[in-house]
Amino acid sequence: MLIRKPDDIASREITAEKDYLNRRNFIRGGLLVGTAAATTLLYRRLAVPAGSSSPPSPVVSSSLSTELGEAPTGYEDITTYNNFYEFSTSKDGVAPRARNFATRPWTIEVTGMVNRPRTFDLDELLRLGVEERVYRFRCVEAWSMVIPWLGIPLGRLLEAVEPLGSATFVAFQTLFDPQRMPNQRTSVLDWPYVEGLRLDEARHPLTLLSTGLYGRDLLPQNGAPLRLVVPWKYGFKSIKSIVRIELTDRQPRTTWSDLAPDEYGFYSNVNPDVSHPRWSQSRERRIGEWGMRDTLPFNGYADQVASLYQGMDLRRYY
Amino acid sequence: MIISRHRPDPSAFPRLIFFVNAALPALLLGWDTLNNRLGANPQEYLIRTTGMLTLILLVATLTIRPLVTISGQPGIMKVRRMAGLFTFFYGSLHALSYAWFDKELNLPLIITDLLRRPFIFLGMFAFILLAPLAATSTHAMIRRLGGRRWKMLHRAIYASAIAAAIHYYLLVRADKQLPLAFAAAILLLLLWRGRVWTRRIGAV
Repeated sequence: MLIRKPDDIASREITAEKDYLNRRNFIRGGLLVGTAAATTLLYRRLAVPAGSSSPPSPVVSSSLSTELGEAPTGYEDITTYNNFYEFSTSKDGVAPRARNFATRPWTIEVTGMVNRPRTFDLDELLRLGVEERVYRFRCVEAWSMVIPWLGIPLGRLLEAVEPLGSATFVAFQTLFDPQRMPNQRTSVLDWPYVEGLRLDEARHPLTLLSTGLYGRDLLPQNGAPLRLVVPWKYGFKSIKSIVRIELTDRQPRTTWSDLAPDEYGFYSNVNPDVSHPRWSQSRERRIGEWGMRDTLPFNGYADQVASLYQGMDLRRYY
Repeated sequence: MIISRHRPDPSAFPRLIFFVNAALPALLLGWDTLNNRLGANPQEYLIRTTGMLTLILLVATLTIRPLVTISGQPGIMKVRRMAGLFTFFYGSLHALSYAWFDKELNLPLIITDLLRRPFIFLGMFAFILLAPLAATSTHAMIRRLGGRRWKMLHRAIYASAIAAAIHYYLLVRADKQLPLAFAAAILLLLLWRGRVWTRRIGAV
């Protein structure tokens, strides 16, 4: 060890002068570091990316991806990149705010123009038979996913309640409970969220009441415990956390076309030729891909569903 | 510390503080991009985040003049040029990411978008208005134009701010809280200017 001789100058003298000179720089240094830290924290708090850009989850079996010929979107992305305004209007805000949403017990009232109106317990409903379906999912905001759903064909539920011959439409309603769905305290949308289908659309074999995805139960942010999936329509038609289904002979009110009738129609079939007033619908960004894909008429399900709309002017009935 | 002891410049430190804090979001965004941490829809995230940052810097730029008056610290005034240039910087990133990620640099598509959609048009208008301001931000340009003409030209930032506020408002579907907050901030800053101007005209 090196032992140094003490300096000749008394240390008191030096520090006294340095203190005077450094005081200002010390405060400035503190300000600089302090504001930089605050900016970083603020940025990290406010700019939160939704989803994780993760590779597809290993849960998916190879048979699933071959069924559609397109790779399913990662489980992380499906469960963190969500539009569900009952919890938050920002996609990244939904999953954290929906975490403690209780989905049991849960009942679904099926009523209106049916022979056997009935309130189902969720478990009763599951006994109707759950199937796995890999569907494209196209959001009206021009992004898309491929999702391996689990669910019950809606037609099977409708059979169980026996619709009257005069019924022509089906109306759906989301839970209204601001205690559990905190954003329902705001007036962002006219709660509860409502949607509707024509009866023949509801009975179509592609139409699903989903209870899960990737072989697991639905998470709250994806519309647990029960949501609609209509793969040839824009995502907002696929109403979440359903508590009520009513058969009727009048075209039901739907939340988004109430809010902006010129932007969101009752049908809202995926249609690359009909632009949203604020953006084009001709292409879409598949989550997980870099470039854009062409959007397909009826989201690629034209073979199965185009006949439902024969003779209709799809520009008028968008 | 980059503070000269020989010729103290009261604006040096405010400028340093502003530079560091205005550049940080770009660094963090760049860091997240390199580490693939932009979420499920990175393109949309980049467009949205650069847009927000542009609006924040725009409001900051407009806030500096009132801040000088209220605080009585003329040193802050020299931060304004830097604030304006940062606004243009983030605006360029925003416009570029829109053109690249949303339109894949397809010029006909961009032009159709501009003509068909008012909010895109207003956004581009707001951005293009900033370009001559950024280009004439140097001392040499101020001298060449003459203070009066330079001042007139740089009032274009108010038109740009109004267009930017409407651009954001038109973009949002349901939850208009944030666009309204930005619009309110910009309106307030414009009213403050209006008050000062009318007072000045009254004095003449």
